[in-house]
Amino acid sequence: MNKIEQLRKQFPILSREVNNRPLVYFDNAATTQKPEAVIERLRNYYESENSNIHRGAHFLSQMATDAYEQARKTTASFINALHPHEVVFTRGTTESINLVAHSFCKKFLKPGDEILISAMEHHSNIVPWQIACQEHQANLKVIPIDRKGELIISEYHKLLNEKTRLVAVTHVSNALGTINPVKEIIEAAHRKDIPVLVDGAQATPHMPVDVQALDCDFYCFSGHKMYGPMGIGVLYGKEKWLEQIPPYQSGGEMIKDVSFGKTTYNDLPFKFEAGTPNVAGVLGLEAAINFISETGHDTISSHETDLLQYALEGLKNFDGIRFIGTPEHRAGVISFLLGDIHPYDAGTILDKLGIAVRTGHHCVQPVLDYYNIPGTIRISFAVYNTRQEVDTFIKGLATVREMFG
Amino acid sequence: MTTIKEKEQKIISDFEMFDDWMDKYNYIIELGKSIPPIKEEYKTEKYLIKGCQARVWLHADYQDGKVIYTADSDALITKGIAALLIEVLSGQPPKEIVDAGLSFIDEIGLKEHLSQTRSNGLVNMIKQMKLYALAFQKM
Ligand SMILES: Cc1ncc(COP(=O)(O)O)c(C=O)c1O
Repeated sequence: MNKIEQLRKQFPILSREVNNRPLVYFDNAATTQKPEAVIERLRNYYESENSNIHRGAHFLSQMATDAYEQARKTTASFINALHPHEVVFTRGTTESINLVAHSFCKKFLKPGDEILISAMEHHSNIVPWQIACQEHQANLKVIPIDRKGELIISEYHKLLNEKTRLVAVTHVSNALGTINPVKEIIEAAHRKDIPVLVDGAQATPHMPVDVQALDCDFYCFSGHKMYGPMGIGVLYGKEKWLEQIPPYQSGGEMIKDVSFGKTTYNDLPFKFEAGTPNVAGVLGLEAAINFISETGHDTISSHETDLLQYALEGLKNFDGIRFIGTPEHRAGVISFLLGDIHPYDAGTILDKLGIAVRTGHHCVQPVLDYYNIPGTIRISFAVYNTRQEVDTFIKGLATVREMFG
Repeated sequence: MTTIKEKEQKIISDFEMFDDWMDKYNYIIELGKSIPPIKEEYKTEKYLIKGCQARVWLHADYQDGKVIYTADSDALITKGIAALLIEVLSGQPPKEIVDAGLSFIDEIGLKEHLSQTRSNGLVNMIKQMKLYALAFQKM
């Protein structure tokens, strides 16, 4: 048995059928499936460790607290953060971005200032900035993309100016698969002392991320897109920023002293973790990180690159195929259209064949407007997918074309 | 006049002939192509049904106490499903339309299309058709 087949065995859901066919799961950019180790971790926590953290002096509370803080260390080393307290646990990428959009902008965004995002952002990296800009009478500026689905970097340089307060860009596009040159983007912004937030939701499942090497100021990602549970995510922030910006939510846990006159905020990262956190989620995320580490980024990246190449090759010869996004550097995702066939029609028939793909706007309406299309068919890979599944998918597409072509 | 119930029954027995989902979908797609087209002037934002992955336009006329529907969609399955509804509801009095249970959808195995996550708008289509009927009923 080869390595990938062994990996597949760790994912119970992959052996199920959908519509009487073996499941082909190609919607990994929406959420990945979970390995046994993650499922087991959640189960084990509730079975024998459950307790609230950072409060009780009793045995279980101590144990849960230690496990939770250990998971923070694991997460910090996963992205090579300098300090564990630079890792704030959130509900996911969306909440991480909202936290920064709220707290950073409250402190630093002034009327007439600018926030710079890109034309390929997920709605969750657009709307929070729109709201913050409205609130603070600031302006949202957008780095354009070209037909290949790549950022126009020369335009980016022109857009950076003394009014720019923050740059927020995605590491990898969920609609186009483009890997953006974030290091270059960050360097350029830093030359003007402008901080950069990176949306890493689609990067962490596919490639090693080193926040110190990138030198990003904020990095956001979701557990559920990288083999972990839903409802848990991470905001990495450089200490100097997290120290300066005010809390997002308030309540228990985030305070040091409370009297009715005055409250002193807790130290990092607790200042940003009001209320009882998702302890099981954090431990599940740690299990997912361990799964990725044990599998190895080399294995993940070489296998997924092979799948991308293989699928692109297979699709290229398909009559009427139109790739949406043909970036030089791609991770995980292929978006396309097939002749005049509506993505919804294609998705419905593929589903009947047991093949899960994403159709529609993928929460990136500005990208679709740019290409002037109603949506795309998107396939996205994880380490457990196989060439054989790609073959099944291509056969499925042939059926789609027969029915609608 | 054929009642809504009778029309539903006819569709159910038509669908009984198909033993494979592909035939069923091919039938739906063909049905979509066969319905009278909606007038181009109605293919505007105003007649668009919200909440669908594909765009669906629906128009209703009131003639001699009966509601006449026309529809179109840029997705063929969605158009076919609209056609099924038109087949059953078009030409009926408003009150009958408002009261219609439309259990045939379940019986012909299209229940999955009623789920919200499908966002193909079947639920919204039915709602909009009934809203038109309700408006005509009050006229
Ligand atoms: C690039 C990108 N950013 C942000 C998000 C939002 O992530 P979540 O829904 O986990 O908060 C997604 C999820 O689809 C994404 O693909």
